[in-house]
Amino acid sequence: MKSYFSELFTGGWSLIVGLKITLKALFTPIVTVQYPREKSVITPNYRGHIDLVKFEDTGTHKCITCGSCMRDCPSDCIVVDGEKREGVKGKFCTVFTLDFAKCSLCGACVEVCPTKTLDYSDEYELAGFARGDFQYDLLKRVEERE
Amino acid sequence: MAMDVEILDDPKHHRYVLNMGPQHPSTHGVLRVLLELEGEYAMELLPVLGYGHRCHEKIAEHKPAKSFMPNTARMDYLGALIYNHGFAQLLERATGIEVPERAEYIRVITSELNRIQSHLLWYGAYLLDLGAFTPIMYAFDDREHILDILEDVTGSRLTYCYFRVGGVSKDIDDKFVTSTRAFIDRLRSRFPMYEGLVNGNVILQKRLIDVGELDPKICSRYGITGPLLRGAGVGYDLRKSEPYSIYDRFDFEVPTETKGDCMASFLVRFREMEQSLRIIEQALDSLPEGPVMAAKVPKKLKIPAGDYNSSVEAPRGELSYYLVSDGTDVPYRLKVRTPSYSNLSVIPEMCQGMLLSDVVSAMGALDLVIPEIDR
Repeated sequence: MKSYFSELFTGGWSLIVGLKITLKALFTPIVTVQYPREKSVITPNYRGHIDLVKFEDTGTHKCITCGSCMRDCPSDCIVVDGEKREGVKGKFCTVFTLDFAKCSLCGACVEVCPTKTLDYSDEYELAGFARGDFQYDLLKRVEERE
Repeated sequence: MAMDVEILDDPKHHRYVLNMGPQHPSTHGVLRVLLELEGEYAMELLPVLGYGHRCHEKIAEHKPAKSFMPNTARMDYLGALIYNHGFAQLLERATGIEVPERAEYIRVITSELNRIQSHLLWYGAYLLDLGAFTPIMYAFDDREHILDILEDVTGSRLTYCYFRVGGVSKDIDDKFVTSTRAFIDRLRSRFPMYEGLVNGNVILQKRLIDVGELDPKICSRYGITGPLLRGAGVGYDLRKSEPYSIYDRFDFEVPTETKGDCMASFLVRFREMEQSLRIIEQALDSLPEGPVMAAKVPKKLKIPAGDYNSSVEAPRGELSYYLVSDGTDVPYRLKVRTPSYSNLSVIPEMCQGMLLSDVVSAMGALDLVIPEIDR
């Protein structure tokens, strides 16, 4: 009988202790963000999908179509192709596509790029409705970018 | 398991079969458990696996070993950095590449942050399984700080691919150090709150104490490692018993309990977070300067013929990589020993004769991550 009441008391007390903590939390500042109405700040080091860098001195990217990124990619999601053009030293890049559906954001391509023309984009709202939505034409993207 | 059809058909035996999963909130993924129930008691249990199987080991046989790094993070999405660590260590052992001092420290700091993150998620999700909604909000609040810290240095929030053969991909800065220190103080100040809110709660104690007891014998029979084994009284932690990386330089304890029930592993995990904080603190204090990548890492990483092993302590137990090489840069075979798979295999014995609600409690205590089981 005695143990019954002592258990009742300790049990009841433990609930009061817990309720006190939740009550205290009621008066602490809000930590949640009302996405999508407000957005939290993304770190500049965020690794999104890859993008070609637009260099200011040339006004375009510096891809030399060496294909290192294509070979080093663990998931084979990059396709690069180029052709010989007159007046251009080396190869001229004509195709640079990324199949983001396959990409695992490991960063091997960015690290291997000899001209540092690959970088991570900071876009993170990347939902799509069809598989084709994830076929990014990076050449088109770099031209459209300001 | 022999689901005896005759017994099931016999009206005198009130047994029936119930599917728990593959879409059940308390199985944390696509695990299905076939239960043979008598009333509310689970008499036979059969875990059914394979819903999330992605052939990771087979994929490893088809591409250069270096390229397997992103896959390791997808096996256990909660301990991605620790899985990275084990694999990077395996290739370094095989090829004899020396890792710079600073990189080892960064690896330990980020791995331990990852471990705390995993334990915090388990803490919240487990209590959610048991019917308490509030604690997961508190745990996620703290976990968010770790994710922000790790995002700033690794670039991703969950499936990190940060470690490289010979070091880490990016150096940490002063911002990382100050925010990690701030986080250590924050989490320390939150522990008493957790203890008051959850650990002392009478409902939790009734649901965990004496439920799912394991003794060291059962553990060794099934190959159970991690907090479950330590909860059963065996102080086996690879960071202490077979120190890899630079874990032998830090002063920390391996928390153990004696009873082996759900409460024991609950408390072990809870105390492990504090020990991880201690390791991070010491590592930050003695962080050396220097490079974070080995000077010479060949582009094509040829692995000398032979077999290699590397084991690390993952949040759920012992993780082992075993690689057989025929001298090329593509592994001949890669075997991954994941802790959750062994831990799961004890379910039929551990949960026999339990109340259905206790099965949920016992399975939560195993801290299962299904992609790691199916891999």
